[in-house]
Amino acid sequence: MKGVVESPRKAYGEALIALGGSDPDMVVMDADLSTSTKTAMFAKKFNDRFFNAGIAEQNMMAMAAGLSIDTRTVFVSTFAIFAAGRAYDQIRQSIAYSSLNVKIVATHGGITVGGDGASHEMIEDIGLMYGLPNMKIFIPVDSNETYNGIISIAKIKGPFYVRLSRMETETITERETEFKINEIPVLREGSDAVIVGTGQVLKRALDVAESLKKQNIDVAVYNMHTIKPVNREEIERIARKYGVIVTIEEHNINTGVGAIISSVTSDVYPVHVVKLGIHDIFGESGEADELMDKYGLSVKDIEEGVKYAMKIRG
Amino acid sequence: MKPVLTELDGDISLEKKGFEKICDIELLKRKAVDIRRDIIKMIYLAGSGHLGGSLSIADIVTALYFNILNHDPSDPLWVERDRFILSKGHAVPAQYAALAETGYFSKEKLWTLRKLGSDLQGHPAMHKLAGIEASTGSLGQGISIAVGLALSLKMRKSNSMVFTIVGDGECQSGEVWEAAMAAAHYNVNNLIVIVDRNGLQIDGETEKIMSVEPLSEKWKAFGWDVTHMNGNNMEDIVKTTSNVLQNREKPSVIIAKTIKGKGISFMENNVSFHGKPPTASEYERAIKELGDIL
Repeated sequence: MKGVVESPRKAYGEALIALGGSDPDMVVMDADLSTSTKTAMFAKKFNDRFFNAGIAEQNMMAMAAGLSIDTRTVFVSTFAIFAAGRAYDQIRQSIAYSSLNVKIVATHGGITVGGDGASHEMIEDIGLMYGLPNMKIFIPVDSNETYNGIISIAKIKGPFYVRLSRMETETITERETEFKINEIPVLREGSDAVIVGTGQVLKRALDVAESLKKQNIDVAVYNMHTIKPVNREEIERIARKYGVIVTIEEHNINTGVGAIISSVTSDVYPVHVVKLGIHDIFGESGEADELMDKYGLSVKDIEEGVKYAMKIRG
Repeated sequence: MKPVLTELDGDISLEKKGFEKICDIELLKRKAVDIRRDIIKMIYLAGSGHLGGSLSIADIVTALYFNILNHDPSDPLWVERDRFILSKGHAVPAQYAALAETGYFSKEKLWTLRKLGSDLQGHPAMHKLAGIEASTGSLGQGISIAVGLALSLKMRKSNSMVFTIVGDGECQSGEVWEAAMAAAHYNVNNLIVIVDRNGLQIDGETEKIMSVEPLSEKWKAFGWDVTHMNGNNMEDIVKTTSNVLQNREKPSVIIAKTIKGKGISFMENNVSFHGKPPTASEYERAIKELGDIL
């Protein structure tokens, strides 16, 4: 259902149970965070196919590679900081290099982790994973898309990096919404400007787009849930249509979606890309909303970003 | 009507599959000389590669491929095969030589090692070459992969074993001990790790760089069955491995005392041959020494 505050992590757990029921070979691993990542939901139902690696993410990733070599689909979860960060080399060497069928579902991505502070706020994982050959990246916008996306990527052989935020946000899509990996679906049509972003922060972009209507600014919002493979054709189409793109993400703007889109447009149809996100700075402890407000993702930041984009486009 | 299977029919259907093992120790020793000759020629022609660590495991790898592993060079993905993962991936010339000598591919292919476009990468790449079970090279990861693979096979109630060779310098890596802990926790007793205890690493002696001793006690403390063998004595390798295979209550580690550069007098215990190819005259001397053995 739309408009309901739900946890994408819980939807991930539900998807794992559905997948585990239809694929008796599928296994799931976690590194002592199963109650947070919700792999515990799978563990409860399929205890003999769940393996806790303990607080040893590097071993977990390479063990997952070993399990997948024996033709299994393997889901591994931990916080984004420990997946893409701590175990980067294992993801690179043991999983991505031979394109093994390991789905890394990293929760607590971005700055909205909250009270844990910068040590747990992963703001560079998109860049890290985007640079890895063979790796695909999926970042859902809400719980429904999380469920549909997880079911969808399980059918695609090869490695995936999926990033979920800790926060619970209002649903934008429906469980019944048709999900196609690689597409960049439009969440809101608009004629004056466009915001293209990824993840749950898009809820804020939609709210701002709605409020800008009062100022007679009609903003479209696109959901780039698949970061890699990057949909160059759709980005070109959006660039041609709007002449300028505002991007939004819970990520360091140096290496995130803004940088990726900017790199694509510079190839196919150069336009200005106004990048909303974290400006190459570590975060801190705080509430999710407070952190977004302070670190480049406030309502004001988004409004100003849209207006600035329209101004430089001329 | 279903055909009735007689006992005789059953026997016929149990056609023996796989590589015919060599049990004659003297013949195995001669195979090890062939493997060493291949290793030296490969690295000489490649102009780079890891001689010392490849030569130290040459006898173990020979024993594995010719005597211990159930495998089928004509069907590298045979479901019931034993798996071998070289965690110390830099010693892969030894594995390539064994794969060629047992018939996975032609020996001519060996001379393409490290050349552009070759399937024989400087470190093992499973997606490039049939017979390679896992991509390794970043030390510490191969043993974790082996634990995951062994766990998966055990879940399937498979009789296949997983063997992996870990370097002694590699034991300085934390991931080795994460994997050791996980193997004992999940009791993957279908996993046998062989530590190539040649005592040397790139910068010098392991005990001077970062001591790994007491190695035996460490593995024991992590919940493993520990055995020792002379990793350059064919008889000892075959006997010890066979004993370990018959007594598997826990994951097993065999600490194999070896000599880096074993088999070539001027390369033995010479750390400068860790990662450098022989010169033309060194190559000739080495091949001559191996010829004199036969």
